[in-house]
Amino acid sequence: MRFMVIVKSDEKTDVAGAQPSAEDLQEMGKFNEELVKAGVMLAGEGLLPSAEGFRVQYSGTNEARIVDGPFAESKELIAGFWILQVKDRAEVLEWMKRAPFREGEIEIRRIAELEDFDNATPEIVEREQKLREQTGAN
Amino acid sequence: MVGVTATADPRSAIDAVWRIESARLIAGLARMTRDVGLAEELAQDALVAALEQWPESGVPRNPGAWLMTTAKRRAVDTFRRNERYEKKLGEIGRELEFEEDPDFTAGLDDHIEDDLLRLVFTACHPVLSTEARVALTLKMIGGLQTHEIARAFLAKETAIAQRIVRAKKTLGDAKVPFEVPEGEDRVARLSSVLEVIYLIFNEGYSATAGEDWMRPALCEEALRLGRILAGLMPREPEVHGLVALMEIQASRAAARVGPNGEPVLLMDQDRTKWNRLLIGRGLAALELAESLADGAFGVYAAQAAIAACHARARTGDETDWARIAVLYEGLGKLNPSPVIELNRAVALSMAVGPEAGLEVVDKLVSEPALKSYHLLPSVRGDFLAKLGRLDEARAEFERAAEMTGNDRERTLLLNRAAECTRRD
Repeated sequence: MRFMVIVKSDEKTDVAGAQPSAEDLQEMGKFNEELVKAGVMLAGEGLLPSAEGFRVQYSGTNEARIVDGPFAESKELIAGFWILQVKDRAEVLEWMKRAPFREGEIEIRRIAELEDFDNATPEIVEREQKLREQTGAN
Repeated sequence: MVGVTATADPRSAIDAVWRIESARLIAGLARMTRDVGLAEELAQDALVAALEQWPESGVPRNPGAWLMTTAKRRAVDTFRRNERYEKKLGEIGRELEFEEDPDFTAGLDDHIEDDLLRLVFTACHPVLSTEARVALTLKMIGGLQTHEIARAFLAKETAIAQRIVRAKKTLGDAKVPFEVPEGEDRVARLSSVLEVIYLIFNEGYSATAGEDWMRPALCEEALRLGRILAGLMPREPEVHGLVALMEIQASRAAARVGPNGEPVLLMDQDRTKWNRLLIGRGLAALELAESLADGAFGVYAAQAAIAACHARARTGDETDWARIAVLYEGLGKLNPSPVIELNRAVALSMAVGPEAGLEVVDKLVSEPALKSYHLLPSVRGDFLAKLGRLDEARAEFERAAEMTGNDRERTLLLNRAAECTRRD
């Protein structure tokens, strides 16, 4: 199974120009190394504060609206993520108990495999594949 | 039911801890006892203790250390109680390490990676049969339980259990030292380790028996083992070559099976279903292998380079078959084999035409090694069909269908035979 581990930001991390301390970076580096050496990490990235981000909002046929960051609801924002390949939910939980977090929250979501969409008609599947082709995503 | 606090079921929590910790646990115990079989038993004892105690007490804060301490206590008890201890002392000629180091777990992390690597090489030791190497590797490095290995290989649990017991005894009888081989020996021994991992991958990738075309869990397991090995041996190009090969092959998993579970061959696959993340990882590992080997390919890196040619082609038409044919030629020089020659024939037929392929394949027909290899008549049938020699093609497809052990593949081949009749 593949899981996405979503690390939430907070008021401290989602500040323009905020930098994690050298100590935090070192701890996180060590944890990442453990994940890599155990063969479970497929990907993992940290995101810059939302001040550097922007949103695109769609409404009907109107032209999409662009909203620049920073965004106020810092607890709902994403500070980083991992994609882990593990046997089951219990294993991803066991790994995350070892993550060097002392506060805050992470959210763990299973990545859908195509076969998880039982009600996808062939047309939907095909369209989804076309989309992936265009975006180069897998 | 929104926002209910979920508590982890203790059994699955223990399984997860075991999966993460067991290889290191066995490796550390093996260094202390100089006996891999015994180390594995002690680790299992600690697991039993965890299963008894953790549901009551909860999972300890540092479960790895808990398991190690428990196993060590059992080790001391065992040694004190039986003559094995006396024998061990005689063998080692000194007090066992953990007897004099009450807090040995503190020092354990310093060489745990070396111990893990020793464990990998011991599990894949040439004194063992291939099946025994596979079973021991999955059990001791992969952290799989016997029943899981049995299920993955469609074998009886008792058979796998016996295989593991015999393997441990063989290692003990042969007095296999707990070490990583050096010098000349190292190359041959490493290739045995890589072979075991790739064998596990292939068992999952192209299920040879039964209904399933693929057993993804085994592929994932082999990939995890390969990635672990790459972490333990970061300077070995062939380790990265093997990882690259497996990542790229695994990237096609979703495209290899049709809506009714039938196999879909490489050139017929919907490439939008290929997993780009795995392809990216595979290409990066291949690049690393090439740079470490100074551009020279080993057997696995060469195969990964071929897989990469396919991965880079957005459509089948973009495939660089000429390069693939050259890579197969190089691979054949490293590892002369009729199967590689057969693949070269396919690449040639795509680059030049079916006649060129048929010319190579016809030289292989009398090859004893391919006598029962269903892909030979299957490929030959394909060339003949493309050349319009439909009667001969049909006969070849039918022969291939008789040879294959995979139900789904048989259906595919019989369909191709029927197609020849229709076109005729």
